[in-house]
Amino acid sequence: MTTALDRAAKPDGPAGRLARAGGAAARWLVRVTGRGRALVVAVPYLWLFLFFFVPFLIVLKISFSQMVIAQPPFTDVFVWAEGWLPEIKATLANYIWLFQDALYWIAYLNSLKIAAIATLLCLLVGYPMAYAIARAGPTMRTLLLLMVILPFWTSFLLRVYAWIGILKQNGLLNNALIWAGVIDEPLAMLHNHFAVYLGIVYSYLPFMILPLYANLEKLDASLLEASADLGARPWKTFLTVTLPLSWPGVFAGSMLVFIPAVGEFVIPELLGGPDVLMIGKVLWNEFFSNRDWPVASAVTIVLILVLVIPLVAFQRQQDKAQQALE
Amino acid sequence: MTGRRSRLLLTILVFGFAFLYGPIVSLIVYSFNKSDVVSVWTGFSTKWYGELVRNEQILEAAWLSLQIGVITACIAVVGGTLGGMALARHGPFRGRTLFTGLVTGPLVMPDVIIGLSLLLMFVTLQEGTGWPEGRGMNTIVIAHATFCIAYVTVIVRSRLSGLDQSLEEAALDLGARPVKVFFTVTLPMIAPALLAGWLLSFTLSLDDLVIASFVSGPGASTLPMVIFSKVRLGVSPMINALATIIVALVTVAVIVTGYVMNRAEKRRQADVQSALREAGAEPAVR
Repeated sequence: MTTALDRAAKPDGPAGRLARAGGAAARWLVRVTGRGRALVVAVPYLWLFLFFFVPFLIVLKISFSQMVIAQPPFTDVFVWAEGWLPEIKATLANYIWLFQDALYWIAYLNSLKIAAIATLLCLLVGYPMAYAIARAGPTMRTLLLLMVILPFWTSFLLRVYAWIGILKQNGLLNNALIWAGVIDEPLAMLHNHFAVYLGIVYSYLPFMILPLYANLEKLDASLLEASADLGARPWKTFLTVTLPLSWPGVFAGSMLVFIPAVGEFVIPELLGGPDVLMIGKVLWNEFFSNRDWPVASAVTIVLILVLVIPLVAFQRQQDKAQQALE
Repeated sequence: MTGRRSRLLLTILVFGFAFLYGPIVSLIVYSFNKSDVVSVWTGFSTKWYGELVRNEQILEAAWLSLQIGVITACIAVVGGTLGGMALARHGPFRGRTLFTGLVTGPLVMPDVIIGLSLLLMFVTLQEGTGWPEGRGMNTIVIAHATFCIAYVTVIVRSRLSGLDQSLEEAALDLGARPVKVFFTVTLPMIAPALLAGWLLSFTLSLDDLVIASFVSGPGASTLPMVIFSKVRLGVSPMINALATIIVALVTVAVIVTGYVMNRAEKRRQADVQSALREAGAEPAVR
């Protein structure tokens, strides 16, 4: 009887050849670096450190510089003149600018408000769906889950674009409502807050449903039965047993929607129009239209500071959940 | 479960999936519309598909995006496998907390932040070291690989933590070197996760507009960048045709992968079962 192990280990099989080649390469690397174990950690660690963490330090540095018409379009913060220490030419002008102009305040607060309301709406739509999927039969469950994931694999940009055709003045929805006699005049549904909420809920719904489902699926049915046997009404069982037990899923799903939604650019740009002010759009325009890199950097640093609490909370919870499995 | 409750759950599912799929269906239907105006149906036509395949700009951008996607996915699978191994199998190591932060960060960090910070990093690096020479495909690949490594790390980590470690331990006990154990025992077991990670990275790379817009240079426009510049000017049936092709490809890919992965997983479990039976038939001599 052949097992997967035998098949893979067979010396002349494709896996065997691949294993020999990979093994030789890995042994060479181990010899060069001395320790194989350290190498496994070092490669992804260094990559993410260099291309995810270090860039933030550079943004921080440039946020203290001044805009100039040059290449690159900002002044040096550290000037290496004579002596050992560089002269520091930092300026707080960009941050003072942010705090004095109401536009930025409004954009930050509006982004937080829109993201919070959209997250709540996403939860209200996603929780019942995740619950219904978790209560379906095993075969049906796999199929439904696949159907939740499928839109997530198709282009985000094109799915947002689809809503333009549906919501615009002579779009599908207005035409359908007029045809059905519900309204006489087309409603203004595009280029307002409503369209942005709809766009965020639609685009981020799978991120909400998946962690909720993962939690609700593990829910022990005997707990629900016990609650019912003890005379609790279904609603009471839901509020006192199901909801508290699914809290990790609620939290993870909400963070997966809220954090990226605060900095969202595509949805407010395409569906929101000029009236919907969000910080992602401000940052984009500061960079691409005004070409003011230092102010764009300061906007980014403040945005990171705004998001640091939810980010750390999310990371802690994710690591705790993973370690519980290991 | 009472009939009333299951009817309620069914209604929720019907409305939920109508919400998820309605817009996609509308994209597909109106890609076959004869009219220039997307929302007015005037008759069946495939002329927008013809116009799409004659559009040099879109074809060039699609080719660039495909290349970036493939390279990104390969880098991400290698980096993410190492990252997943480090987190799931290596126990505590110095700087582990920072590493988990570096892995979960890219999953939720808004794109505008990642894009701007990476661009400024590339500009600073170029000032100081001369590398990277110019921005384009190279910088987009690095940017995409960075967040894709994080996704693959999470996938591989959760796959590894769901697996029994005893097979790997047995191979080590029998004297196999760790590298050999990885290639002959661990790798076949996590192969489905690697396939899923590759496909996810490829799709995420193909889908990204914001980060690519920041780190790209003049002359290198990816497919989302071209679509975005067209969509900004208004709705165009040609974009609907493009969307239809993408949806069709994705649906086929997801169904085929799901089928292959499902079969591989069943076979693996059957193998483990038979291996356990064989082991049970011949009691271990110690």
